[in-house]
Amino acid sequence: MRTTIALKALMAVTGIVMLAFLVLHMLGNLKIFFGPEDFNAYSHWLRTLLIPFLHYGWFLWILRVVLVVSVVGHIGSAIVLTKRDRAARPVRYRHAPPASSTYATRTLRYGGAILALFVVFHILDLTTGDANPHFTEGHPYQNLTASFDRWYVAVFYMLAVVLLGLHVQHGLRSAARTLGVAAGRQRAFAALGTALAAVLTAGFLSVPVAVLAGAVS
Amino acid sequence: MSDLMELTLRVWRQPGPDADGEMRTYTVADVSPDMSFLEVLDVLNEELAARGEEPVAFDHDCREGICGACSLVINGEPHGPQKRTTACQLHMRHFADGDVIDVEPWRAAAFPVVRDLVVDRGALDRIVGAGGYITAPTGSAPEAHATPVAKDAADEAFTAAACIGCGACVAACPNASAMLFTAAKIKHLNVLPQGRPEAGTRVLDMVAAMDAEDFGGCTNVGACATACPKGIPVDVITEMNRDWLKAAARSRKSGR
Ligand code: HEM
Ligand code: SF4
Ligand code: FES
Repeated sequence: MRTTIALKALMAVTGIVMLAFLVLHMLGNLKIFFGPEDFNAYSHWLRTLLIPFLHYGWFLWILRVVLVVSVVGHIGSAIVLTKRDRAARPVRYRHAPPASSTYATRTLRYGGAILALFVVFHILDLTTGDANPHFTEGHPYQNLTASFDRWYVAVFYMLAVVLLGLHVQHGLRSAARTLGVAAGRQRAFAALGTALAAVLTAGFLSVPVAVLAGAVS
Repeated sequence: MSDLMELTLRVWRQPGPDADGEMRTYTVADVSPDMSFLEVLDVLNEELAARGEEPVAFDHDCREGICGACSLVINGEPHGPQKRTTACQLHMRHFADGDVIDVEPWRAAAFPVVRDLVVDRGALDRIVGAGGYITAPTGSAPEAHATPVAKDAADEAFTAAACIGCGACVAACPNASAMLFTAAKIKHLNVLPQGRPEAGTRVLDMVAAMDAEDFGGCTNVGACATACPKGIPVDVITEMNRDWLKAAARSRKSGR
């Protein structure tokens, strides 16, 4: 895989897989507003999905494998490409070039790295419970509210969500270009990227905001 | 003539490829608004020669915006502040008396500095050498209408063929990527009936040649198209990506 185009295509496809997951994840999270029974039942349903075709928990495990492969492919190619990009301009201009990129493009790399750290923490906090002192298996509603009752966790979560919004805003339009979507449809993709970024940001933010405000406890 | 200007130029001076370089400050007086940017450097060089100093080395040839030789980053912008204008066609009426202007070479690992403002753009030639041509029996010129070309294909080919190979796209790109140049060179042949038979191998070979040089990759920022003096649109990159993905899939199937 020496070619930049192949690496970029891998990045685009894995990014879109993660994006599809995030939309479902965000919609699932909104069930928190229907109370503990609904939210915990939803969590249980994720594990019993497609039974008897699959066994208990298999659906979730398949999803996890797909996500891990996507994350590894995405971050792996991001690192390879970023290294190559940095090496391509060893001497910088003394006179700084005018800003040709948007804030979202410039935060793609650091934002992505912070997102990666967040994902690790997020799993330790709410999936395995290692980073959550009040964790009890099978009670995601209580685990979540206990986690967000620590204000610094809620703040980190909200920062990550905003970065995710920026990342997706540039990401989807970039993916459309990388995968060769026809010029006539580029604007539609850019608009979709911005819309998805806004919806994801608002949806994910609503949960910690509600916990902090005491509306969900 | 009261509209003559006095300008301060800060110019990158580097005696040779491996020497250290630095920005050096010069004052040029009596600059007419009708002079081109290169003519200001000519005036500076005459003064330097008269003082017994080394003149500033810079690339130029046609001075009418068609050869792509001139390659100056002026105040951080390849070819300077005027859109769709090469440095040789940039006139001093776009500057004001007393301005301080920074002049630097194209900065890219793939374009090593030869001296002062001159860089080696041989990497672009090697990309063209990998497929920027058609294979055809030569002989006397064919009859002009032997191969009909549809109007829209001709228009698209002309737009892409406007690329003068200056490398401003590389100089402007935050990753020093040569995607805009390579895509323009591929497209201008791939949309024509004469170029179509080799379209698949052309995109694979030219992209491979591009990746073999020290260019970065595209992050879809678009700085290249903004800097391009010939208005090559970023869409050519999208089309190259599509053609490459298709050709790569096909060549994997046929086991090549
Ligand atoms: C959390 C979920 C994530 C989603 C949904 C996502 C989505 C995307 C998408 C769709 C793209 C566009 C691909 C393209 O340019 O064609 C992209 C690009 C990128 N992503 Fe992510 N990403 C995520 C996480 C990350 C992480 C953790 C990193 C860590 C470094 C990262 C780094 C990058 C970088 C550097 C690009 C560069 C894009 C370019 O070269 O134009 N992303 N992302
Ligand atoms: S695409 Fe534009 S900027 Fe790049 S080499 Fe061709 S003419 Fe110059
Ligand atoms: S000298 Fe030929 S384009 Fe500028």
